[in-house]
Amino acid sequence: MKTQHLHYLPETPSQTAGPYVHIGLIPHQAGFDIFEKNFSNSVVSDGTKGERIRVEGRVIDGAGTPVRDVLVEIWQANAAGRYNHPLDRQEDKAADPTFRGWGRTGGDFQTGIYTFETIKPGAVAGRAGRGVMAPHINFWIVARGINIGLNTRMYFSDETDANARDPVLRMIEHEDRRSTLIGQRSARDGATVYTFDIYLQGERETVFFDV
Amino acid sequence: MDGQKDFRIRDRQIPAQPEFVARDRSVHPPAYTPEYKTTYLRSPQRALLSLQNSLSEITGPLFGHGELGPLDNDLILNYAKDQEPVGPRIIVHGHVLDGDGKGVPHTLVEFWQANAGGRYRHKNDSYVAAIDPNFGGCGRTITDENGYYYFRTIRPGPYPWRNFASSWRPAHIHFSLFGSGFAQRLITQLYFEGDPLIPLDPMIRGIPSERGRESLVALLDMNAQVQLDTLAYRWNIVLRGSRQTLFENKLQGN
Ligand SMILES: [Fe+3]
Repeated sequence: MKTQHLHYLPETPSQTAGPYVHIGLIPHQAGFDIFEKNFSNSVVSDGTKGERIRVEGRVIDGAGTPVRDVLVEIWQANAAGRYNHPLDRQEDKAADPTFRGWGRTGGDFQTGIYTFETIKPGAVAGRAGRGVMAPHINFWIVARGINIGLNTRMYFSDETDANARDPVLRMIEHEDRRSTLIGQRSARDGATVYTFDIYLQGERETVFFDV
Repeated sequence: MDGQKDFRIRDRQIPAQPEFVARDRSVHPPAYTPEYKTTYLRSPQRALLSLQNSLSEITGPLFGHGELGPLDNDLILNYAKDQEPVGPRIIVHGHVLDGDGKGVPHTLVEFWQANAGGRYRHKNDSYVAAIDPNFGGCGRTITDENGYYYFRTIRPGPYPWRNFASSWRPAHIHFSLFGSGFAQRLITQLYFEGDPLIPLDPMIRGIPSERGRESLVALLDMNAQVQLDTLAYRWNIVLRGSRQTLFENKLQGN
């Protein structure tokens, strides 16, 4: 019997970003300058409200080697816990027009270390406005050998109570795996640093999300 | 962006149904594809944890047309020094669509590629083919209100890589896409109609379906050529669609 069809289009298949992703997305790291304005790992500008923090770490492969050609992007709410996007209608929280909340960078070609200069985000309302999510930064990782971008989140080690109530962390059945999403706070040269290493495989494999 | 300090969003249309449909992972290459050997140590081994969309997934960075330079979508001119780059001149154009076939307006599209000889302007690329002093190999644009994009470049060459003793990538252009929410973020590659290297390529072969593999192939578009000047290829990209939340919306705001 001939029936009607649902004409939804399938998503275009993902392909690896490859070893030369830097050319397109952070050309300075590939070794040249071409654009007048460049995206960078510095998410803050002078007027941005909130506690300045540095987030750094490495992405580590299944043999324990840092992925030195990785590209990392972050997406986060502002200090009040509001995203700079029209779908965020948390009207009780102030917008911060100086803060887009998005950054990108590459792992260092020698050490594999990535670094972001940003602010600590506030807590964001949970799904469909219910509950509260603990402060977190959304991560997206691509590289040679990664066929489709990996989504994960960094939570903050100094938010123990909020983390314990976070609806996403609580979904992780094996409680010891929740720790793979916690950035560890430390002080270095007067700066606040959160260290967040991401493990692609192995005992400490980071929790990745199908978002 | 450097020196850009005002990210206010003005007059932006908001999609009526903001949550995304669950990603159909069967259209994508799995994380581990044995023919593409680097995936062996870089593919997560555990099941992904499925999340329903929250604000963290349905929102994402937005970019203004004013953030780009006037030559950012012209790879023939954006790095040209004393003359234009070597290679066949092409236009690449098409639409960025969502799952309903609607154009995705005002979204950033970035692209990068090797030069006509198959060499990247990248400090880690040591292929014997020459660097073209007039070719950078990257560009970007923002779709118009209908989701349409276009840029001008030279056709890239194929290049060898170490996978099997000597694998060859078909000519390709890498694409990066945003959409309206961070959960739509996508990187993929465009290939060229008729390229005999396509069926041999371990990256393309990782895509499970014939339809999926074909969807990455741009078609020669003689109607869009610039006569006696530039050939054209047409390629549409589909980002994840939104979910129809017909009754569920009434629950919001509790
Ligand atoms: Fe490539």
